[in-house]
Order: sequence, then C-alpha cells, then structure tokens
Amino acid sequence: MSSRGWPLWEVFVRARRGLSHTHVGSLHAPDAAMAVRNARDVFTRRGEGVSLWVVPAAAITASSPDEKDAFFDPAADKVYRHPTFYEVPEGVEHL
Amino acid sequence: MYGSDATADEPAAGPADDDPSFLALIDDDGRVEPRDAMPLAYRQSLVRQIAQHAHSEIIGMQPEGSWIARAPSLRRKAILMAKVQDEAGHGLYLYAAAETLGVDRADLLDRLHTGRQKYSSIFNYPTPTWADIGAIGWLVDGAAITNQVPLTRCSFGPYARAMVRVCKEESFHQRQGFEILHTLSHGTRAQHEMAQQAVDRWWWPSLMMFGPSDDESPNSERSLRWGIKRFSNDELRQRFVDMTVPQARALDLELPDPDLAYDEATGHWRFGEIDFSELFEVIAGNGPLNAERMAHRRGAHERGAWVREAADAYAAKQASARRPGTAA
Repeated sequence: MSSRGWPLWEVFVRARRGLSHTHVGSLHAPDAAMAVRNARDVFTRRGEGVSLWVVPAAAITASSPDEKDAFFDPAADKVYRHPTFYEVPEGVEHL
Repeated sequence: MYGSDATADEPAAGPADDDPSFLALIDDDGRVEPRDAMPLAYRQSLVRQIAQHAHSEIIGMQPEGSWIARAPSLRRKAILMAKVQDEAGHGLYLYAAAETLGVDRADLLDRLHTGRQKYSSIFNYPTPTWADIGAIGWLVDGAAITNQVPLTRCSFGPYARAMVRVCKEESFHQRQGFEILHTLSHGTRAQHEMAQQAVDRWWWPSLMMFGPSDDESPNSERSLRWGIKRFSNDELRQRFVDMTVPQARALDLELPDPDLAYDEATGHWRFGEIDFSELFEVIAGNGPLNAERMAHRRGAHERGAWVREAADAYAAKQASARRPGTAA
C-alpha cells in the first residue's frame, strides 16, 4: 500500500503550559503513533510546542458554511448578552 | 508560478468568476476557507500554484542536498542539513494546504513525476562549488522570500497560514547564504573569485524567478483581482533588486549587470533587460539539469517505497496487537 491509503490527521500544538492546543495543519500517517512522531518533525522543529494532539480528519464534524447565516443567527439579536448593552449611571465605578 | 498545466479534479461547480458576494469578500480583505463556495477557476488556479510551490520545495532539496556531504565544516554541514530539512517541511505544509482544496497528495506527486505539473525552473541549474550554496541562500531564497511574504496575505486561508510558517523559517536560510558568501568574499583571492562566479551564475536566474514581465503574464491580472497575488511580477522583482544591490556592496561582490544604476527620480535601481528566452527553454525542459532532477526525484520516491510499506506493516501489527484474542 502506498501513502495514498494513509488517513489524514489534523495536528494541534500546545505552545506552552497554560495555552490551549491550536490547530497548526495536517499530515498523512498510517496510525496515530506515527502521526504524533511525524507531527513532531513537521511542526515542532524549533521547539514550538510542549504537547501535540493528532485527530483523524475523518472524525471531525464541521458546521456547514452554506448554513452559517442561519446557524449562527440566534446570537445576532441578543445584544443584551454584552455588558455594553446596559446603561450605567454616571459616577458609578467598578461595575 | 507559471508554466504548469491546469488541473481539474472533479471539482465542485462553484459560483461564477465574477460572483458579487465572492468579490465582495475579496474586496473586504476577507479570507476564503476550504469549504466556502469559490469559483472553479479560483480553485484550479490555487491547486496549480500551491502544487507547483510544493514541488519546488521538494525538488529544491536537490541542488543543496548534493553539498551536505561536502560542506567545509561540521557547523556548515549541520546548518545545511537543517535548511534542507526545512525545505521538506515546507513541501509538506504546502501539499497539506493543496489537499484542503480536494486534491490528493499522492496524485499531486504523480503529476510531478509524470511531468504534468512543474516546479520552479531555478532548481534546474547546477551547484558546482560551495559558493553556489551561499548564492542560493542569498539570492534564490531572497527572491523566494520576496515572493512569499505577500502570500501570507493570500486570500486563500490555508495557503496564507502555511506561508506564515514558511516565511518564519525561511529567514535563517537567506542569512546563512549571505554568511557563506561574506566569509568567502573576505577570504583568499581564490575564495573571493569563487563567490563572485557563483553570484554571476545565480543573479539572472534569480530575477527570472519572479516570472515573465507583467504584460506577458496572462493570469496575473485575475490572480491579483482574486487576492491570490498581492503584487505583480515586475513590482516584486523591483523590490528584490532594491533590497539586494546594497547587500552586494556589503559582500564586496559585483552583480553581473552593466546597466545597473540608481534612479534618483524614482528611488529604484534600474537593471538591464532580462533574457527570458533562456527561462522559457528551461521551462520547456531544456535546462542544464531538468532530466537529472526528475530522475532523482522519481528514484527517491521508488527507493522510499519500502519505508512506506514498513510503516503500513508496523501500523497493522500494532493494531492487531491491541485487538484482544489475536496474535501479534
């Protein structure tokens, strides 16, 4: 079998303790263990991370770009979720 | 970014080339992401450009790789290995960016190996001396950086993001080349001469890396309109010349162009006419090393087959070992 059959893995790197893992790219590998090793060589050659995740690309379910307006619309008309919606009387501090 | 044939990979029919909402996104300096609707020609244009860019990184390992075993010191050898390894990594970032457009890396490699997709013609020139490694770093990587920095703002998100990482890593490449030439240029007379001859060899091909002049670059206008390119070939070439001329002085090396002159009125360095007939010969496959580069690439791919097979066998063995009740 050639690399043609290797699954695609999405790679996430935690730059340092206290930060979340961030998506950095993807690669092909025959299994998860080799995906982690390859991800180290491809994405952290200059000490860019202290932790790596690899996730099978096929396991990711994404929202549909075609439906993004309708999908995210419920947030649009709820301005009262933002603190700037509320009037604060003059002189009131630490609120 | 030219000379490649178009690649149609059963792409989804997208909006029209002049679709108002697509152009509005571009005009708003927005980014196009892989699952967004995009004109078919935009998708094809990007696949062609990103694939050719990826192939260039992979083929680009050869001219320098041939000097790893002959590097003049352990320090230079370690640096050169790190640089060539970076080029492999850059190729992988770019293949992954191309794959977000629905093509398969193995297919792109097939296209390279069968000559259906091209790579940058600059890598068809030989590296006869150690000074050529310096000239490649200084001039070829310098030109590549000039091209790639604006690509970090390319309208296609995955390509732009890959370019951010590439540019960050690329900056040491140019410096190490400059350092090699600076050392040689200020060494013995013979070393200085070696450095000068390498610069003589690489200067004009480096200027050609920016592609034909604007009036002979048919796809440029559309790529600019779509935010794939941010500057024209001639603009980028001029930028490179303006940056490089003062650096040549610091190196105490001559650029092989008698017409090179500072234009007080424009603040730019004017340069002589480029002989593009040579470039088109190299693109057509008649460069000094086209056949050798392709043979080496195909050979490396074939000789690497056992590694891919071993990786598969190992993965299968690990998987069966994890399944209870099966012999490992």
